[in-house]
Amino acid sequence: MTAGAPVPGGAVPGGAVPDAAGYFGSYGGRLAPEALMAALEELTAAYAEAKADPAFQAELSALLTGYAGRPTLLTEVPRFAAQAGGCRVFLKREDMAHTGSHKINNVLGQALLTKRLGKRRVIAETGAGQHGVATATAAALLGLDCVVYMGEEDTRRQALNVARMKMLGAEVVPVTTGSRTLKDAMNEAFRNWVSTVEYTHYCIGSVGGPHPFPMMVRDFQRIIGVEAREQIMRAAGRLPDAVVACVGGGSNAIGIFHSFIPDAGVALIGCEAGGDGRETGRNAATLTFGSAGVLHGMRTYILQDADGQTLQTHSISAGLDYPGVGPEHAWLRETGRASYRPISDSEAMHAFSVLCRTEGIIPAIESSHALAGALQLGRDLGPGGVLLVNLSGRGDKDVDIAGHWFGHLGNGSPAQSGPAQSGPSLTDSPLTGGGTAGAAW
Amino acid sequence: MVSAVSAAFEKAAAEQRAALIGYLPAGLPSVDGAIEAAIAIAEAGADIIEIGLPYSDPLMDGPVIQEAVHRALTGGTRVADVLETVRAVAGAGIPTLIMTYWNPVEQHGVGRFARELADAGGSGLITPDLTPEEAGPWLAAAASYDLDPVFLVAPSSSDERIGLITAACRGFVYAASLMGTTGARESVGSEAEGLVRRVRAHTSLPVAVGLGVRDGKQAAAVAAFADGVIVGSALVQRLLAADSPAGGLAGVRALASELASGVRAGR
Repeated sequence: MTAGAPVPGGAVPGGAVPDAAGYFGSYGGRLAPEALMAALEELTAAYAEAKADPAFQAELSALLTGYAGRPTLLTEVPRFAAQAGGCRVFLKREDMAHTGSHKINNVLGQALLTKRLGKRRVIAETGAGQHGVATATAAALLGLDCVVYMGEEDTRRQALNVARMKMLGAEVVPVTTGSRTLKDAMNEAFRNWVSTVEYTHYCIGSVGGPHPFPMMVRDFQRIIGVEAREQIMRAAGRLPDAVVACVGGGSNAIGIFHSFIPDAGVALIGCEAGGDGRETGRNAATLTFGSAGVLHGMRTYILQDADGQTLQTHSISAGLDYPGVGPEHAWLRETGRASYRPISDSEAMHAFSVLCRTEGIIPAIESSHALAGALQLGRDLGPGGVLLVNLSGRGDKDVDIAGHWFGHLGNGSPAQSGPAQSGPSLTDSPLTGGGTAGAAW
Repeated sequence: MVSAVSAAFEKAAAEQRAALIGYLPAGLPSVDGAIEAAIAIAEAGADIIEIGLPYSDPLMDGPVIQEAVHRALTGGTRVADVLETVRAVAGAGIPTLIMTYWNPVEQHGVGRFARELADAGGSGLITPDLTPEEAGPWLAAAASYDLDPVFLVAPSSSDERIGLITAACRGFVYAASLMGTTGARESVGSEAEGLVRRVRAHTSLPVAVGLGVRDGKQAAAVAAFADGVIVGSALVQRLLAADSPAGGLAGVRALASELASGVRAGR
């Protein structure tokens, strides 16, 4: 436990980073094609104006409260906590937000900004479909055209979310290039953006991509931590010992961490997708196993080979299955202000089951990685400790995968097939089943 | 020292024509096959060759080059093979650059990459996802090893950015003819001529136009206003469509010959 760790010299209170070039320390920046520079500069300027404009903030605030369902609850979960060393555990209930996850916070902000830019169309990348559904939702609400890029593998595996997006009026484009999953969907969205940038805004779903996206998406997600800090002070009478969140691209994590960065006594713990572990190479734990490099317009940690080629990733959780991570996380890790740990598929599914059975809440598999981290941290803290966990999404979308994992559906092996499901992917789990690859934020 | 690429532009200008620049990724259909194809393109009339470094996430490329680099990577092409390809093509007396996304250079080590590129006889790098603001270490290495840094300008580039970019370029300036990814098109964007004119207001470097050129007629049209015509996807398509290495060679040779006639008919 590092709850008492001091804030390192480089860590400054929220809002002071990134610098004008979009750098958080040596991570971030704008390593993007020249054809996009005009749009990125335009977006940076428009966002700065909007951020300072009370009318924009009021409009966003009204949508967040009157449409998305904010503030979301803070729920204490004592029966879950009994499994976590007897400390107190509080869940920030982003699963209760409209569309079922924190994704709505960001897309409402970006959709309003799209209108402010005078653009009529939004595009998005998605893996499992949560960000795609949120974007389609905001587009329907605000009368924007919407196209969502999704790896072909994922459109098949996540057919229900594809149907949801279509019902909301979005076009879903299956991406058949590369590994046919999230990173390729993002490549394809960038390709489309280059040729449609005059009337299109690219609504990136996490705290990644070229500047200003990591900063802007963080700002739209900060509300999670702003609310949670106030709520936990009221509920527990003090700051938590640790704030725990899952990290794929890292938008829910940065959202809840950000308000606690100046609180030196609060440990910030990110839980990455450990997949099958390091040995197999089948994981997506970018900050744990990766190295510094450039991907999707940013300098950050990525999973890559010696030639700088992006590696294939694996996680049972669609939303964490990405070979990069937001640059602010790379910086928080480097400064020591936050720490990151891999959570295996089986650990995440165990935590999923514990929350279902002790509290009657079905979490997203992504968020279950944070719950697994809380089970570990709580045992270290013991009674008297206080943990804040971001429950970033609900598990409705995961019923098929989890149902097969636990043997409630099918024959105990995943219904969906794909490169990652050719056989059982776990050797250390008492449960039957395997993983599912692909998908995303 | 004047680079081989600069000398090639000077030679073309002396002949009152635009230069022809052909692109192929290393490793397609094989490392040796790509070397043969590049040499065949030069023999058929291309003045300069760009060797593409195959990358897993080519977000500025259309379907043809995506497929080509996918095949090259699946075939096991490594960064070392790209440098060997440059060595062989440049060794045949052909001015040669590498076109590459940035991460492979950074992972190789910017200084090391520059040193090995210079050692292989390469003239420089074209970097489609790196702009001068982010290119400090590369510009320093290029100066140390006397290599040409070539950056792109786009129709959306402001005059201010064109000034910044052209000031950082050496050898030539790569003007993207339209807002989009690589790939042959029915017509080359009408924006190209205006962009070239805007670039000339900032620099005396040659301006070469790429994206979309697929045949001799289009090459002639672009050669009427640009100093260089860059052709990639149309050549790559000939290699992808061929049912044998010999067929691929014949295909690129024929197209390069047509394009070479085009750049000579443009003015």
